[in-house]
Amino acid sequence: MTEQLRLLLPPEGDDWSPIENYKQNQGYEAAAKALQSMKPEDIVEEVKASGLRGRGGAGFSTGMKWSFLPKDGRRPRYIACNADESEPGTFKDRQILERNPHKLIEGLLIAAWANTIDAAYVYMRGEYRGAFENLVAAVDEARAAGYLGKNVLGSGLDFDVYVHRGAGAYICGEETGLMESLEGRKGQPRKRPPFPAISGLWKQPTVINNVESMSHVPHIVLKGSEWFKTIGKEKSTGTTIFGVSGQVMNPGAFELPLGLPLREIIFEHAGGLLPGRSLKAVIPGGVSMPVLTAEMAMEVDMDHDTLQKAGTLLGTGAIIVMDDSACLVRAATVIARFFRHESCGQCTQCREGTGWLHKLMKSVEAGTATMQDLDTIDEVTSFMEGHTICALSDAAAWGTGWFLRRFRSEFEAHIEHGGCPLEGASFEI
Amino acid sequence: MTAEPAVVAPVLPAALRERIVAEFPKYPEKRAVLLSALHFVQDTFEGWIPQAVVPEVAALLGLKPIDVWEVIHFYAMFNSEPVGRCHLRVCTNLSCCLRGARGIMRRLEETLAVRPGEVTPDGNFSVGEVECLGSCGTAPVIQVNNERYREGLSEDDLPGLLDELRTRLAEQDAAKDEE
Repeated sequence: MTEQLRLLLPPEGDDWSPIENYKQNQGYEAAAKALQSMKPEDIVEEVKASGLRGRGGAGFSTGMKWSFLPKDGRRPRYIACNADESEPGTFKDRQILERNPHKLIEGLLIAAWANTIDAAYVYMRGEYRGAFENLVAAVDEARAAGYLGKNVLGSGLDFDVYVHRGAGAYICGEETGLMESLEGRKGQPRKRPPFPAISGLWKQPTVINNVESMSHVPHIVLKGSEWFKTIGKEKSTGTTIFGVSGQVMNPGAFELPLGLPLREIIFEHAGGLLPGRSLKAVIPGGVSMPVLTAEMAMEVDMDHDTLQKAGTLLGTGAIIVMDDSACLVRAATVIARFFRHESCGQCTQCREGTGWLHKLMKSVEAGTATMQDLDTIDEVTSFMEGHTICALSDAAAWGTGWFLRRFRSEFEAHIEHGGCPLEGASFEI
Repeated sequence: MTAEPAVVAPVLPAALRERIVAEFPKYPEKRAVLLSALHFVQDTFEGWIPQAVVPEVAALLGLKPIDVWEVIHFYAMFNSEPVGRCHLRVCTNLSCCLRGARGIMRRLEETLAVRPGEVTPDGNFSVGEVECLGSCGTAPVIQVNNERYREGLSEDDLPGLLDELRTRLAEQDAAKDEE
């Protein structure tokens, strides 16, 4: 079994929230190196060269994102750090926020130096009470220790971090929805262009990265991009925190190199299936990502390229496992309900489409649908893809439509049987 | 003849007003404080946002009341109707359902004799379903008010949880009586 490789998280049972603990483990050494001996543009290049890809779901190059900031000297410039972790199945950023918050703060500080940033706003989902209190306390410690505030480490950089609470809306994890929400409005995504790098928070240049992406920056700066690239795969470098949930013996968060076989993560790290069960379906990256059949799941590695070739995406690395006792029509119905609830309502295809999807899924689940309704589901998902301001509509279409496409016989059986044909189905919705 | 402008007695306690104003220096615009302000209002008014405070919050942030209302209704954590002093929110998304969230929800509704949207006659409890809380590896999960999560629950844990909350409410009542 591949050992957990802890770049982001402290060893099991340890808590590096107190700044002394963090500093005893090389904490803030990368910040000192960056601010005292590296040129900002060299840091951007180093992060680009490391191959670090965004850990919020889209997998875009972090260094590339930074290089889109304008070079026109316009100030202030902001970081919006995405801690709105709400993709069902995902609980990885929470591990960093609760057990290693200074790692994030150090990443933000280095990013601020690299990109000439005046302030960072960490937008954290409102429900994360523990993580919020922990990060706020860590920010206060960092400020008292001189890592935030005026002239940080004698570099001339004035920089501070503010922790901002959301209030329960999935769409605020979308980068422009987040900015609208942070400014005090409904979290309805903005049309692009302009992109956030040019016109983000309060119309100023803004770099937006996920908590985990930012938390990788310190060890890349300290040990170099060549070292980072030795972990993981060629186009999926470094570790990530895989979250395994659902019908396994030992659900939890496991920090491992990208590119490990999904089979190993489920059967070794997460302890395998419940006694007497066999695997039926796996969602590899949060409910927005296309579900895999057991056969597909047993063959894929958890990196961007392999999963894309297999007909799904890495997303947030949130692995949801379903065994042969699980009714997949129920699973798809829960997902459809979620997207209906979370659609912000701006775009017709999404507002109406998520409603229709949920209604149709519910009727299949109840056994009142017709075979023609299955074709309607297919049709609805096809007009929801690629036609809206943000990707929520696409996610709703993928997250539900691929259950139908990959497990059509189970949907048909519900219609033929007038309800769930599984005897003793293991879960209710 | 011009009508006197209606004088509305302030309903935001001074301490709450100060707590909101203390957030202003963090942002270039006051409006950015709106979500925090509404959280603070809920902390002060037993978990919900009374209609009467909305114009005052709006005025404090230089907004119109509608700007505040539309935000209240957009976000799941804001309650525009009273909730119980202990408002229990159960995640019923996929990972939690796979590990028994529906049974937890049903057991709570039966034990407390309350449905989502209702409050027990004594005003102490209400229940609701929420979307994923990010506790999928420790499912199922309940969040009481805006406290730290109660994770890895089973139906057998519910009597103990409710006892704990009832004891706390009784202690709060006793403390109030002493005042």
